[in-house]
Amino acid sequence: MVEWTDSERTIINGIFANLNYEDIGAKALCRCLIVYPWTLRYFGAFGNLYNAEAIIANPMIAAHGTKILHGLDRALKNMDDIKNTYTTLSELHSEKLRVDPDNFRLLADCLSIVIAAEMGYEFTPEMQAAWQKFLSVVVSALGRQYH
Amino acid sequence: MTLSAKDKAAVKGFMAKMKSRSEEIGTETLSRMLVVYPQTKSYFAHWKDLSPGSGPVKEHGIIFINGVYEAAEKIDDLKNGLLTLSELHAFMLRVDPVNFKIFIHCMLVVLSMLFPEDFTPQVHLAVDKFLAQVALALSEKYR
Repeated sequence: MVEWTDSERTIINGIFANLNYEDIGAKALCRCLIVYPWTLRYFGAFGNLYNAEAIIANPMIAAHGTKILHGLDRALKNMDDIKNTYTTLSELHSEKLRVDPDNFRLLADCLSIVIAAEMGYEFTPEMQAAWQKFLSVVVSALGRQYH
Repeated sequence: MTLSAKDKAAVKGFMAKMKSRSEEIGTETLSRMLVVYPQTKSYFAHWKDLSPGSGPVKEHGIIFINGVYEAAEKIDDLKNGLLTLSELHAFMLRVDPVNFKIFIHCMLVVLSMLFPEDFTPQVHLAVDKFLAQVALALSEKYR
């Protein structure tokens, strides 16, 4: 089981409390698709994704980014058992969506970078450490049902 | 993942903006790396103060950033341009190359923090590609 200090819980809850899901979710997913273009393989049905400008303007991508970010809410509400919280979602990503689990890490990195842009110096080293720890637990949980 | 002419132009353009805040970038990147990835402290056990923004962290932050600028100047032939630096890391410092990725990630976070408008996804892509090539060049002499 993952141990969380009080400070870490406060930091993570604080970041979510001030999060604009539509803005940050869209930006994080767009950034991932642009910086790591091979991730586009999962979005064949999303319309025009031919260049960075098209990706950024694509409303389906923006909506999907928001959806993904809301998926993190489950982990926030169940911080003491993130592993089991994501069993079904992990199966979905493995069996149905067939997403290479390394992509979770790539998206997590992009999310951290987008949040850093949003928060500037408020995103202290301690906050980054707690936030990245949270994301790495989620990433690990999402990869658990891959066989 | 070779650097295209467009990538090189994006990198050079962004480096020019970075120059105005070099010390901040260096200090913040190194401070962050030591806090977020504590295992990296093992390379700096001889420093008297590893806390964020300390004297040794500031001084060394500048050394790191100057290394990045030097690499940008040699962007057309990183492998040969960074041979001496590679020898330093391979034979003297013996830094495990996995840490290059860690350093790069911290630097990207800092660039995003300090230049939220300029560090667009397109610039992020070019800088990430460039830094990955730098890491590769630094690893050249390892074995």
